[in-house]
Parts: sequence; structure tokens; C-alpha cells
Amino acid sequence: MNVPRELRYTKEHEWIKVEGGEAVVGVTDYAQGELGDVIFVELPAPGTRVAQMKAFGTIDAVKTVSDLFAPVTGEIVAVNGALKDDPALVNRSPYKDGWMVRIRLESPAEVNALLSADDYEKSLGAHA
Amino acid sequence: MSFVGRSDAERRAMLERIGVPREEDLWASIPSEFRLSGPLPLPAPLAEYEIARRFELWAERNADASRYACFLGGGIYDHFIPAALRSIVSRSEFATAYTPYQPEVAQGTLQVIFEYQSMIRELTGMEVANASLYDGATAAVEAAVFAAGAKGRPRVLCSTGVHPHTREVLRTYASAGGFRLEEIPLEAGRTAIGPIASAGNDVAAVIWAQPNFEGVVEDGAALTQAAHEIGAYSLAAADPVALAILRPPGHDGADVVFGEGQPLGVPMSYGGPLVGFFAIRKAEVRRLPGRLAGVTVDLDGKRGYVLTLQTREQHIRRERATSNICTNQGLMALANTVYLALLGAQGLRDVATQCLERAHYLADRIGEIPGVRLAHAEAPFFRELVLRLPAPAESFARAALDRRILAGIPLGRFDRTRPNHLLVAVTEKRSREDLDRYVDTLASWAKAHAGRPREEAACRS
Amino acid sequence: MPELTLHELSVPGHRGPRLMPLDVPAQGIDRLLPADRVRKEPAALPEISEPTAMRHFVNLSTLNHHIDKAIYPLGSCTMKYNPKLNDEMARIPGFAGIHPMQPDDLVQGALAVVAELHEWLRAIMGMPGITTQPAAGAQCELTAVLMARAYHTDRGDAREEVIVPDSAHGTNPSTVHQVGYRVVQIPSGPDGCVDLAALERAISPRTAAMMLTNPNTLGIFERQVGTIARLIHDAGALLYLDGANLNAMMGLASPGAMGFDFAHINLHKTFSTPHGGGGPGGGVLCVRKELEPYLPMPVLEQDGDHYRWNVDRPRSIGRVHSYYGNFGILVRALCYMRSLGASGIGEASREAILNANYLKARLKDAYAASHEGPCMHEFVLSASRQKARGVKALDIAKRLLDFGMHAPTIYFPLIVEEALMIEPTETETKGSLDAFADAMLQIDRESAEDPDRVHAAPTRTPVRRLDEARAARKLILSWQDLEAEGAGG
Repeated sequence: MNVPRELRYTKEHEWIKVEGGEAVVGVTDYAQGELGDVIFVELPAPGTRVAQMKAFGTIDAVKTVSDLFAPVTGEIVAVNGALKDDPALVNRSPYKDGWMVRIRLESPAEVNALLSADDYEKSLGAHA
Repeated sequence: MSFVGRSDAERRAMLERIGVPREEDLWASIPSEFRLSGPLPLPAPLAEYEIARRFELWAERNADASRYACFLGGGIYDHFIPAALRSIVSRSEFATAYTPYQPEVAQGTLQVIFEYQSMIRELTGMEVANASLYDGATAAVEAAVFAAGAKGRPRVLCSTGVHPHTREVLRTYASAGGFRLEEIPLEAGRTAIGPIASAGNDVAAVIWAQPNFEGVVEDGAALTQAAHEIGAYSLAAADPVALAILRPPGHDGADVVFGEGQPLGVPMSYGGPLVGFFAIRKAEVRRLPGRLAGVTVDLDGKRGYVLTLQTREQHIRRERATSNICTNQGLMALANTVYLALLGAQGLRDVATQCLERAHYLADRIGEIPGVRLAHAEAPFFRELVLRLPAPAESFARAALDRRILAGIPLGRFDRTRPNHLLVAVTEKRSREDLDRYVDTLASWAKAHAGRPREEAACRS
Repeated sequence: MPELTLHELSVPGHRGPRLMPLDVPAQGIDRLLPADRVRKEPAALPEISEPTAMRHFVNLSTLNHHIDKAIYPLGSCTMKYNPKLNDEMARIPGFAGIHPMQPDDLVQGALAVVAELHEWLRAIMGMPGITTQPAAGAQCELTAVLMARAYHTDRGDAREEVIVPDSAHGTNPSTVHQVGYRVVQIPSGPDGCVDLAALERAISPRTAAMMLTNPNTLGIFERQVGTIARLIHDAGALLYLDGANLNAMMGLASPGAMGFDFAHINLHKTFSTPHGGGGPGGGVLCVRKELEPYLPMPVLEQDGDHYRWNVDRPRSIGRVHSYYGNFGILVRALCYMRSLGASGIGEASREAILNANYLKARLKDAYAASHEGPCMHEFVLSASRQKARGVKALDIAKRLLDFGMHAPTIYFPLIVEEALMIEPTETETKGSLDAFADAMLQIDRESAEDPDRVHAAPTRTPVRRLDEARAARKLILSWQDLEAEGAGG
């Protein structure tokens, strides 16, 4: 299972990559594997404000639906429009082409509270 | 007799395998205070022919459409049902199957749903139809909930041209908090446009019926336009038979077309089981309530059918589902599908045309009866019309029974200010002889009640 | 070769059954309707002959699994045999051909059927109030939660929450939400039953009601139901029985005595009316005396030997169905009860319990049972051991289809990993149960020795495993979509 070192994680299986004052958010390789074939990702419109660890969207697989939780507080500045036509990007490329939203950070310190790759792997150990 | 096949030897072997000495040990977990101490206070089992005799005696006490010429309508109609349809619908393969949880062994049910969705889409002029709902009234509720959710607005306007029972069911569900129901009146038999135009900007939807409860063909384009002008959805309750010849609301931009599917091959059966149809635009498919079948392929690339977009549904989304509905109305949707297949394009058009022609023949002849008038003489109608009689309609309905006629629905049951109004439906099954008998019966009753024209005091139309 | 669609079978000019000729003067659509209200292009419905239509639907029917073919052990669905007399009775013209707007005195026979059905169900449930208006179980739930809200509102306090165990059917939380109440979910204890401590913590002055399935979805009787009822009632709340599992206790125990204020019955489960490929169902809601005023209207009343519908019900929540519910289903259910009689009703539940326990005994060494000890009318196995060998509950379900049997309910209840929920019902013989058990045991062996065979299943069904992701990603929901795709599959 792929858990890139350079990313931070939530225990709800979102990853976050901070780039300057903004952060890119997606779901982990583990999450896409557990969900199975992703058929739809419902994301808010750009301009929506999200709060840390509050649900901001949903991800539908064939027979399950999961909430997406915001790893950080801030305004959504972009969403991945490619997921509309090809939600399977989440399965094929969870850390790259399958990204979901870009959030402008309000309190960058929130990132420090997120899991490191090691911590996230440990939390998965508890599942397996 | 409980349809159990079990010998004593088998029972002993089973208990032995389970490892309990007595059957009672298996339900020892039921605390004794809740156990029944003796047998239920109910009669003993009956043989099949004893049961049949009882039910046949009960059935004889009902005035059914095989013995009476039925002019009752209001959403439920006495249409022709082909024998081939009954044969198919009663097949075990369809009747004793359940929801297609394992699609590999439910392709029959699934393809039928797919064909049903296709034909409802075609009739309504919409883009996606679901696998059906309980009945026309709950379809109206689902439409209102759908609109309120999509629009994020609280008010739903409903024409009084929508069946009174449907409006009652809407009120029941509205009380749950999803939407607020307000009624808009009819003017000369048609839904008034004015109240829609001036309703403000917090209206989620306008619900109207085509044709409406009083039989009048509405100006669907104008109603949909009025709804859209205030930013509301146009939700049309359509008669599926009428859609063979009437302009479907979908062609005028309606946002949901729904209705009661009973006229398409389902027996009247005292009003149940019925079946609701529900069709929308494709862009909204994720808000669609109810089940949905779609095409896919199997491992070998062979075409097959599955239930799809299941994450909308209660068994997965639980409290966030688009609806709490658990099933479709499978066997009734099958009846609709077989009906439309058997009648086909021309057959359904013939049914609709005959309804139209026969209803107008009746109306024209009734127009000759002194003291009887059509309530909405200027308005176009399809297979149903409201008569205004010289005396209470209940009295005529009773008198007509002697001539083996179920004369119609007295509207005084819904509106005490209109005791003399009668809603009359004419299907393709009403022969000229039936129609002429109706006219004769009405003429002699009207003559007997002439001279004392007890006009309705507070008549609305 | 897949069965073609009606659209593909259509040949312009082919006709099915015809109508009698129009024997009144024809005036023409154009004269009778304004031009702008007339359909411009005719609906593109199929054009096929009656024999072609028959073959089409009969061919389709052969692709279905159904009760008259083989065991159908879907947990919580009570797929029992559907006696044929039931359907015959419902088709009598005196029932099938009556219009719902006929005055009461012209349908006294129909009302007598409904009245007798009510009488039998009251006796079975031990509850006095009843309505058969809801079309199915989910609508019973909604009706009851609306009634609970009306009841609390009458007492000046509408309340906000409904407690639902985590083992509940999805309809429970969905219904609660639809009525505008909040769902408070409580966990099950290690014994699979309601965790009383968790329940006590969840109960508050905001609690309007609790919905409880008994026996629960694990097939275990909630022994503490008396205490649960007391806790709920002490808080001024109401207790609802989700009667999906009534087939476990007819004639054995009384839901009324257990303290339920509401109880629903699925006639299509417990009382043998056909499931119809997913409906019509038949819903019955029974209530305690104090709740009767809130029942949906109209309510059936008896005056001597005359029956009538009473619509004068000021505290009623209103109508929930266009007319009186699924009358044709009520006829079938009463016919079934008359076949069983008092003795047969209890016997059906007892035999259902015996069958479930026997099947569990045969399977529990190969498959992990969710709980030890006797079960009621159904039980839940976990395919956790098989999963460790790479074979999931889904694979087992698919492999069963190759044996000509239907699979159990899978992945429900949610609280059991890799759940296989099995309800054989009383109408399966020992021979049929043994055949099912043998198949399950063979699949267990295959999971160790030949897992690929299980993964590849089914291979003997009309189609093999279907690509559900493709169906959801590329929606093809009608012939029109299929044509637009330009693909025939």
C-alpha cells in the first residue's frame, strides 16, 4: 500500500499536501481500495468555506458512500473538475490525478495536528 | 395446514442435530411473561374450497365492474386488461421473486424494469424514469420532497385540480417538515395562473395535473412557464393513457412528470395495489427517489442489467437517503410494461382516442337533457367530465344502480358546497349501448327531479 | 444470446390485442382538443404481436430465481411459499373489479374482508388499534413516526430524537430523518442485543420514540424488551416494533404484552403474499389504544353487520395512501390466515425457528456464527474465516447461484463482518435445507482448495458477474440511452 512520506493524513483517510498558503486534498490509496470502484464524488463549489474535520463532500462507490472530511479550515479555491467525467481517477491515481479540492489555509498551524505518514500507517495497522 | 412438509422422523433428526431435547428449548429466550399461554383465539384452518366459498360470498356483495357499467374515475379507471397480461403477471417467475439483489439470477425482473423505465420516459417526454413508487399520491410526495430539496425553498403550491386524496397525502407528509403546502384554485375548471405569478420567490414547486381532477385538459405550457418564472419547478401529475394523445408535460419543460399507473393494465382492486411512475431530467438523477435499473456487461462482455446508483437509497445512505422507500412496485410495473408492450404505439393511441370520442359523445348527448349541464362547458376534456345536476348527485348515483350503472363520483364528498356535481369517466370499454343507457337513465331521473331546481347555494363554478 | 429488448423486437405495423370498433360518431382529435395540447409526435412504444410479446416475457421470466424454483433464504425477507389460492381469490372480479370510490354499501364484502383481517391481526399482535393503509413496511414506519410526533405535540412537547440500534434496517434511520427527527444510534452489546447502559445514556427528555426490531436482525430475541419498554415509557417516549421478523413469534408471543406502542407487519413477508420482484408489499400498523386517534384516516368501523369508512377523525395524521392501502394484498393475506387457522399460525413460526436452528447447526462448524446458542427464525454467519483464505461473503453468494439456489442477504447487518444472513422460513423441507447446507459446506471446502472456482462464480447463470461500476459511471437507463450509446452490449 502506498503512503507517500511527504504528505500529512487524517484518521478518516484524507491526505493533504501544503503548497504555500494552500493545500491540496484527496483520499488515500488505502481508502480507495476499501471503497472499491468510485462512481461519483460530490464536491462543494469553489468559494465554500470548510472547517477542520467537518464533512465537505461525499464519495460514492458502488455500494457504499463516505463523507469527505476537511483536514484543515479554509476556503475552497478549486475543485478537480476531471472527477465529474472520470471518478475512477480516485482509484487509479489517488495521490495525483484523483485530487479533490484545493483549500486556502486559514490557520496553517492546524496542519501540525495531522498525522504523519508513519502515524497514518500505524493507524491502518489497527484496522488490518 | 401451514405449508410445512415435515415427518416426525425428520423432526427428531433435526432436533438431535441441533442438540436440544425439545422444540420449546429453541425459543426459551422469549421471557415467559410475553409467551402466549394457549392457542390464539381464532378459528380452525379451512380447506381450500371452504375458503373459496367464503371469499366468493364476500365478492358477491360488491358491485363490481363485470356486473355494472363503471363510470367511476378520478385516477382509477375501468380499462381493458388483456388476458395475456394476466397470464404473464401471474407467473411464479415474476410474482414470487424478490428485489433483484443477485442480478445474475434476476435478469428477467431487471430487464422488465429497464423496459418500464424506457416506456415511461417516452410517454412523459422526460429523460429518466425510476423503477416505480407505491402509488400516484406518494409519487406526488416524492416530487415535492425532490423539489424542496433541490431548490432549498420551503413552499409547494398545489393546484386544487390535483386529486383531493393526493392533496391529503401531501398534507400528511408536508407536516413532517420537508415543505409547506399551499393550494391554488381552479378558475372555470383550469388552474389559476395568477396566484403562481404573484407567489413570490420562495416557492420550490407548483404541482398540477394533466388532465386535472375535474377532467379538464390544462394549459401545461403556461403552467410550467409560470412556475419557472418564479424560479420554481413544474411538477405534473399526468394520466398515462392521456399522454398517448396529449402533449406530454416533458415537452413543455416540466421538471418532474409523475402519476398513477393503474390505467395501464392494473386492476382497480378497490384502489390497491397501485403503482406510481416518476420521471425527471437526467441532470437531477442523483436526487431521484426509488430504484433504478441500468445496462452494463458481464465478465464475458454480454449485456446485462443491474440496479444502479444504489448509494441514493436507504439501505446504504440510511438517514441521508433520497427517500425511505425500500422497493418499487415490481409486479404492477410489470403489468404496466406488458400492457404497453401488448397495446403498443397504435393500441394505446386507440385506447386514448376512444376514451376521448366516447366521453364527448356522452357529453354531447347529456347536453340535450334539460336541467343537466356540463360544469366546464368551454374547457377541453379527455375522458372525464363534471356534470351539474338539478338535484343531489348522490341521489342520481343511487337511482342509476337499478340500471346497473355506477354513475360517477359525487363531488359533494370532497366539497360540501357542490352536492349536485358528478364526476363521470368514460373509458374505451363503455359501448354505445352503455352510453345511451346512461343518457336515458339520467334523462328520466332529471325529469323526475325537474320543477324543483334546488340550485346549489354556494356553488363555485 | 441475451433476450432482445421490446424496442429491438418492434416491427412497424405489428399489433397486439385490438379494441372493439368505435361505435359512436368519430369527431377527431383535432376537433376535440386545442392544437397546442395535442401530442405532436406519437410516443415511440413498441409494435409487436401478442405471441411475440408472450415469448419475450416468458423468456425473461426464465432468467429469474423465484420461490417456486428453489430455496430463497434472504435474511429478514421471509421468502416463504406463496399459496396459489391467495392469488386466485384476489383475482375474483368481485374484488379485482371494484372501484375505490364506490360507496361503502356497494363494497360490503370487501370491507368484511378488511374487517376480518384486522380482527385476526389484532389477535396475533395483542394490540387493539390497526390500519392497513400503508403500502409497505417503510410506509408503516413513516406513519408511526408521524403519529408519535402528533402524540407528543398534543402533549405540548414535539420532542426531537428517535433512538435506533446500529443493527437496524436502513429504513429506520431514513424514515426518522424524513419526518424531521434526529437519529440517535446506539450500539449493540456483545450478545448482539440492545446495550441497556448505552440505551439509558441515549434516553433523554428529547426522546420521542425508539425503533426496535425483535427478534433483532441477528435473529436473537431481545430478552430485555420488557426493561427497554419501561425505560422508554418512563421517559415519556414510545416504543416501535419493526415487525420484519414477526415470522419468529406468531402465536408464540404477544408484541402487545412486550410493551410495544406501535408494531408493523409486512404482509408480503409473514403472511405469504408474493414479493412480486420487489413489490407490492402490504403494510399493517398496529397501535396501543391511546394512539388510535392518530391513525391515518379513514378508519374502518363496524355498525352491526354494516361496515363503513370513518373520515371524521380530527386527530388523525391524515391519509398516507391514495385509497385504503393494497387491498388485493389484504385479500391474499386473509386467505393465507384462513388456510393456517389458529393452529397453523403458531406452527408456521415454530417450524421456521426449527428450520433456522437446524441449518445453523449444520453450518456453524464451517462458518463462524455471529452468536452462540439457539436462534429464532434466522441467523447470521460471518465469512471471516473464508475471507482469510481470500473468499468473501460476496463470492460465496455468487457461488451459491451455481447450485441453483438463491444467496442469503449479505453484508447486513452492518455490525457483523462479512455477514451472511440466513432465513430459511418454515416452508423449506429438511431435504431442501440439507441441499443448501451441503452447497455451503462445499463452498467452504472450495474456499480452501479451489478459491478461484469461487471467485469465478457464477458460471451457470444466465449472465456472469456484472460490472456494477460501469453501470453507475456510464448511466444507460432506457432504450433511448442505449441507442444514443450506439452500443448493443
